[in-house]
Amino acid sequence: MPKSLLLISRQAPWSGPSAREALDIVLAGGAFDLPIGLLFLDDGVLQLLAAQDARAVQQKDLSANLQALPLFGVEQLFVCADSAAERGVAPDTLALDDVNVLDAAQIAALIDRYDQVITL
Amino acid sequence: MAAVSLTGSVMKFAIALFSAAHAPSSRRALLFAQAALAGGHEIVRLFFYQDGVYNAGASIVTPQDEQDLPREWRTFVSDHQLDGVVCIAAALRRGVLNDEEAQRYQRSAASVEAPWALSGLGQLHDAIQDADRLICFGGA
Repeated sequence: MPKSLLLISRQAPWSGPSAREALDIVLAGGAFDLPIGLLFLDDGVLQLLAAQDARAVQQKDLSANLQALPLFGVEQLFVCADSAAERGVAPDTLALDDVNVLDAAQIAALIDRYDQVITL
Repeated sequence: MAAVSLTGSVMKFAIALFSAAHAPSSRRALLFAQAALAGGHEIVRLFFYQDGVYNAGASIVTPQDEQDLPREWRTFVSDHQLDGVVCIAAALRRGVLNDEEAQRYQRSAASVEAPWALSGLGQLHDAIQDADRLICFGGA
């Protein structure tokens, strides 16, 4: 059994390359058919806002990478309910389908389920 | 989860570093790596990602009375013949190039050399699979 990896993505999409580089780890893991989960936490939930205009900040759109997740076999997608609520991000308007909204206790259990964890 | 004793059996560690050379977490990563080997454990791979790639930079000049972390990393990896991998995509973005990449992109200077190897994220996943524990430094 391959070891499972949970990537916790905590950075806003346009705060530098961190969010993109975190996503690259996940996509690479998916490409190798590894069991991989992705949790959007803290400012990371802002990556899931729909209808972002990347060009307004001279950036490349991150949402194409997000939409690629299922194509790479990454289907274990999670978002922190508290982080979303604090930032006014409505869980029913997220840019990704099939994201599981988790409370703090569920997140603790989630982290426990994975063999390895990377937080970026 | 039960506490894991590091003295009882040999552990295989993969170490990922995400912070720049002047960050305290980069120093802690080196101290951890040194302690792991001193304790008889194995390091399957060091993987430098995000700003961690700067730790492999050969062009960093540290004032004489300050700790030269990139040099200490280089000596550590060479002395113990470890597998030190720098993510190529993260490195290119930050201007940390070896000779081959400097030539490929027609840049005038290379700033990373042996014992470091530039390679892809597959090397991180490979190390994670191989190791008992992945230990990360300098993440968010």
